[in-house]
Amino acid sequence: MDYFLKLFLSGTAKGSIYALIALGYTMVYGIVQLINFAHGEVYMIGGFVALIVGGFFFTLGLPVPLVLLLSIIASVIFSSAFGFTIERLAYKPLRSKTRLSALISAIGISIVLQNFVLLAQTEKYLSFPSYLPELPFLLPVREYINSTQLIILATTSVIMVALTLLIKFTRMGKSMRATAQDKHMAQLVGVNINQVISVTFVIGSALAAVGGVLICSYMGQINYYIGFIAGIKAFVAAVLGGIGSIPGAVLGSFILGWTESLGTGYISSDYEDAYAFIILILILIIKPDGILGKNQKQKV
Amino acid sequence: MTRKLVIKEVLASLVSMLWFSVLLFPFMVMKVNVASGVAQIRFRWAAMPVIAIAAFVLSFLWRRALIWNEHRGDKLSTSSPFALARAFIQKALSKKPVRRTSLLVLLALVAVYPYALGMYHTNIMITALIYVILALGLNIVVGLGGLLNLGYAAFFAFGAYTYGLLWKYAGPAFVSAGINTGWIFWIALPLAGIIAVIFGILLSLPVLRLRGDYLAIITLAFGEIVRMVLQNSSAVTGGATGISLIPRPWLFNLRLPPRQAATYIYYIVLILVIFTIFVVRRIEDSRVGRALEAMREDEIACEAMGIDLVRNKLATFALGAFWAGIAGVVLAAQTTYINPDSFTLWESIMVLMAIVIGGTGSIPGAIGGALILKLLPEYFRPLAQYRMLIYGIAMIIIIIFKPDGLIPRNRKKYTFVEKVAQDGKAEVQA
Repeated sequence: MDYFLKLFLSGTAKGSIYALIALGYTMVYGIVQLINFAHGEVYMIGGFVALIVGGFFFTLGLPVPLVLLLSIIASVIFSSAFGFTIERLAYKPLRSKTRLSALISAIGISIVLQNFVLLAQTEKYLSFPSYLPELPFLLPVREYINSTQLIILATTSVIMVALTLLIKFTRMGKSMRATAQDKHMAQLVGVNINQVISVTFVIGSALAAVGGVLICSYMGQINYYIGFIAGIKAFVAAVLGGIGSIPGAVLGSFILGWTESLGTGYISSDYEDAYAFIILILILIIKPDGILGKNQKQKV
Repeated sequence: MTRKLVIKEVLASLVSMLWFSVLLFPFMVMKVNVASGVAQIRFRWAAMPVIAIAAFVLSFLWRRALIWNEHRGDKLSTSSPFALARAFIQKALSKKPVRRTSLLVLLALVAVYPYALGMYHTNIMITALIYVILALGLNIVVGLGGLLNLGYAAFFAFGAYTYGLLWKYAGPAFVSAGINTGWIFWIALPLAGIIAVIFGILLSLPVLRLRGDYLAIITLAFGEIVRMVLQNSSAVTGGATGISLIPRPWLFNLRLPPRQAATYIYYIVLILVIFTIFVVRRIEDSRVGRALEAMREDEIACEAMGIDLVRNKLATFALGAFWAGIAGVVLAAQTTYINPDSFTLWESIMVLMAIVIGGTGSIPGAIGGALILKLLPEYFRPLAQYRMLIYGIAMIIIIIFKPDGLIPRNRKKYTFVEKVAQDGKAEVQA
């Protein structure tokens, strides 16, 4: 039971990590129906900006909490700007074309960003200094959950609630839902869909940046290639929960996290990545639209 | 251009210059290095003017190009010399004798290729031709059937491992029985096709209900699971180290030195490519092919027309898998070494990119796309570390300016021209 609890909690932490990336994936998908392969790269960019900016301020001798705050802000701003630029450059010209061509463009962006960071920075794994504070009240239970995990979990929960509120109750959220349902109709009733799509990319990228900072602190290292695998995992999580659905993405991420950590704990660690895919296949066979996905009736 | 327009363009370029200078600043100017847990930043101010000038020029060119691209269709397509040349070629190719001669010339050129250019280029070409087979196979699934498959590399792996395992386990028996081990290749070739087809059907059975991106992600999952199984069952497949010293095919009883062997494999793969083109063309025009296209366009309407969707989808996956299996055997024979790293998700994505860039559903497109995708990075080698960056940029540019692919499929189209006749009755002309 003790062992199970440990695995369960580490799975929860892992799940909340995936959730931060999956949220951006699912938002973009919900609105433009694009599998944004470059999303993982934006997350990597977020991590790198935090490392660079944080490192700069740290050498200036600023106190650690301030460094943490500044590096998160910088990483959010830069990642959002990257997301915005990517959408303008690579996706907007293809909006009226087949979805497959936008997918290829996304893969192209993914290759470009990876290699850009590889060339401009380094191909090595860099160790990522953790600026996250140790929470003293967690010391007695530190073998179950450490403070980084708790911070990640709390951040994910707050972000998910905020996002749900944004989409449910604000004017922008309403426009987003309208655009997701029917782009042409939304345009007819006066929604500026260019703006909506840009905002979606900016929010998604900002979430990825927060994810980047937290995850790199948790893992303790960063590399130009981390985005690709994380992106695929997050995409799996988003599909698992029903792509386009925000609670679905979070639920899917937790299921993914639990499966991975229980699978590696009880069966074998050789197949760590396979458990995620097996659970995905099983769930999609039973529920082809994901757990919380809407069953879309197809009409002719 | 008027003066006002010039000022506007320059201002827009200045804005993007500023934007990119800020955006790329942390990456281009600041270089991070972590030593003993502390991140150290080195400033490279020299990069600053480079980004600024590049951003200014490129953003100007980019906007011009987008405007040009938008209005490309407006002008009569006969006006530019490029279009004239294309029209001329199309007209010439529509005549049978011209088509025949040009095909023969092409064939002759392809046939003397290994003698004209040597072993290095032959080996590159073999790899490219293997991709042509893969692209043609995936084209059946994605282009004709409209089923996005991101796990295609798994079938490629089945093919390669069929040959590899056959060599590993049956090879000694061949040697002790005194049979030439070069025969294993010829046994593996059809066997790999069959095994890939069987797996293709088995794997597609559970996914028949899925649609669109759900299908894409589940094929991705299958592909990754297959790779992980190959990687972890080291007792059987050799695990991450794979299988090495796989024999090249022998010519009758002759064991060929590497140079001749490369030429020989080149001809084998060439014949396979021609065979694939032939078969795929026949499939396209057959009843099955038309059913597949109907399925791609609209599943429900297709079912209503009496087409068995389940059978159709199984056929699509099986047909696609077959070619991947064949290509896998050739890959194993060429490299004489296989391991799970050759069959990652990237491999599947590359093949998918080949067909989308070539033109989804078009046979010449798939061939062209595969050749470009495989040959381009090889000849970019002098650019060393920049080649993948340029490669990615090239992908984006091609797909933005040619979203239907370089050689789009010429679909047989029956267009309805609706004309409102004078008495107000709608009249339909075919």
